[in-house]
Amino acid sequence: MAKKKTTTLPYSREQYLSWYESMLLQRRFEEQAGTQFGKGIRGFFHVYIGQEAVSAGICSATRLTDPIITAYRDHGLALARGMSANECMAELFGKATGCSKGKGGSMHFFSKEHYFFGGHGIVGAQIPMGAGIAFAEKYKGTDNLCICMFGDGAARQGALYETFNMAMLWKLPVIFICENNQYAMGTSVERTSNVTDLAKIGLAFEMPSESVDGMNPESVHEAVSRAAEHCRAGKGPVFLEIETYRYRGHSVSDPGLYRTKEEVAAYRQKDPLNAIKNKIVEAAWLTEAEIETLDDRIMQTIKDSIHFAEESPFPDDTELYHDTYAEADYPFLME
Amino acid sequence: MRLITLRDALREAMTEEMRRDPRVFLMGEEVAEYNGAYKVSKGMLAEFGSQRVIDTPITELGFAGIGVGAAMNGLRPIIEFMTWNFSILAWDQIINSAAKVRSMSGGQFGCPIVFRGPSGVAGQLGAQHSQSFESWLANTPGIKVISTATPYDAKGLLKSAIRDENPIMFMESEVEYGVEGDVPEEEYLIPIGKADVKRQGTDVTLVTFNKMVKVALSAAKTLAEEGIEAEVIDLRTIRPMDYDTLIESVKKTNRMVVVEESWPFASVATEITYQIQRRAFDYMDAPVIRVMGADTSVSYAPNLVSAFLPNPTRIIKAVKEVMYLKK
Repeated sequence: MAKKKTTTLPYSREQYLSWYESMLLQRRFEEQAGTQFGKGIRGFFHVYIGQEAVSAGICSATRLTDPIITAYRDHGLALARGMSANECMAELFGKATGCSKGKGGSMHFFSKEHYFFGGHGIVGAQIPMGAGIAFAEKYKGTDNLCICMFGDGAARQGALYETFNMAMLWKLPVIFICENNQYAMGTSVERTSNVTDLAKIGLAFEMPSESVDGMNPESVHEAVSRAAEHCRAGKGPVFLEIETYRYRGHSVSDPGLYRTKEEVAAYRQKDPLNAIKNKIVEAAWLTEAEIETLDDRIMQTIKDSIHFAEESPFPDDTELYHDTYAEADYPFLME
Repeated sequence: MRLITLRDALREAMTEEMRRDPRVFLMGEEVAEYNGAYKVSKGMLAEFGSQRVIDTPITELGFAGIGVGAAMNGLRPIIEFMTWNFSILAWDQIINSAAKVRSMSGGQFGCPIVFRGPSGVAGQLGAQHSQSFESWLANTPGIKVISTATPYDAKGLLKSAIRDENPIMFMESEVEYGVEGDVPEEEYLIPIGKADVKRQGTDVTLVTFNKMVKVALSAAKTLAEEGIEAEVIDLRTIRPMDYDTLIESVKKTNRMVVVEESWPFASVATEITYQIQRRAFDYMDAPVIRVMGADTSVSYAPNLVSAFLPNPTRIIKAVKEVMYLKK
């Protein structure tokens, strides 16, 4: 056991350990999944590594019953929401035991149990959908809010402007979160608009908007907590631009020629996972040995998930038509 | 029975379903305070209030997406497009979201939503306000497509559509909104995916839908005067299509003409023609012929609008062609 030590950190030991565990799980999951790419995993594969503090801070500041919707870079958020490494890894492998029964893949994680409304592949399409999810919560009279996530690329889609307008008009309980990882695929924020301060976009709709440091879960947690309070009070939406960075390419096929090695290295210096680990050690909440034990346990969880995915069956061929329509007897055109 | 207009029939369907199920709401441009651009939703704001009859800004993509999200989260939206021409701005949400979310999520999330509004040519409205998209939308698995313009069918099918668990595209007709038809006082539903034989006949099968049903019936009347009995089938639902009713008919008539007001390439008629040659080849005494909208944009000038559309004369000519009759 680590000895007790006075700390000036703003949150509890349990909170920091929870963040660390969540971020570590996300990091190791994608690192290990990456080793399976081209083997069990194929297709598109967009990695979240570097952005884990954002998902950790969002999930600690909201309820499990608050619906959440995001884009195709969805692995980290799903794990932070509590979806199991097994069901996520199996989905990457296209297996029947996956979170979308092997029908979604990397970009389309879903879990009704976790109020996880998906992983969506058309940039920005989840923005009006997120407002619609929030519309339903308001209509039903709950005090839930929708967490609607997208990237800096999606911030240039027309759907965002249409949705921000209606969300403010109708005071929908939705936190719009732009994870600004600085690049829309290979195009930097500066090259996509005259307006590079993304938080300003919300101001045109008089939507409360702020920029947040996304390289630590504390600042994300604080901003999302404030936004959630605003939404639950019936005051309408909030826009948070959370500044973060992805270390890896846009997808596996991205050589990253649009940015310098020095830029990536500079962000790695601010790595959120290391920063939280150091805080835990400095606060003497865990010893180095205990950290190592925790790391080993997470690594074992991931390795087990790869084994689980490998051993799981693919969906049966008869699944080809299932889930296209609600009814099982839809008369498909089968030649 | 009593006579009511198409717009009244549609409003009755929505109103009855909104009374029955509090999850149903209506959203669209001018549906509330203006009482509907074509007065289909007249009086609904007064009955249901602004929580359930909701005016939107002119942002088709945005409010279609809000509808899809609301449907995924337990509501049953009716989204009105002022016309289907404007829906194209929202097709990302229809094709990429509504049609696919059940499949992509492995069946965890459904999307019970109705998108509805008028479709097709409605006089001299020009190229951008005169289009039909039944074949475009019916191409996509995951959605159903209904296209109807008679008050009785429209009411019964819209009620079924609102209760359906899938995304439904519901096409009406602007020029038919004020036309009356028999509609019973008591409640009824019409099943999705069932065609209706609007006229019995033995010599040729005319297949059509929406306001072309009237044109085909008019042609059939003239043909009867010449001793040719045409069977007129109203598809009512485009996807899933009721092929059985079509095949049963051609087994009797051995001839088919398809009438459709949209463009010929990859049309609903194209699909029907394929299915008939594949499934009923041995019953056919002539190739299937189609009478289509012209393969061009609709113009403003009245003679060019008329030249674009199928009419009884063209239908009669096609019938005589499949019957190998002169003239």
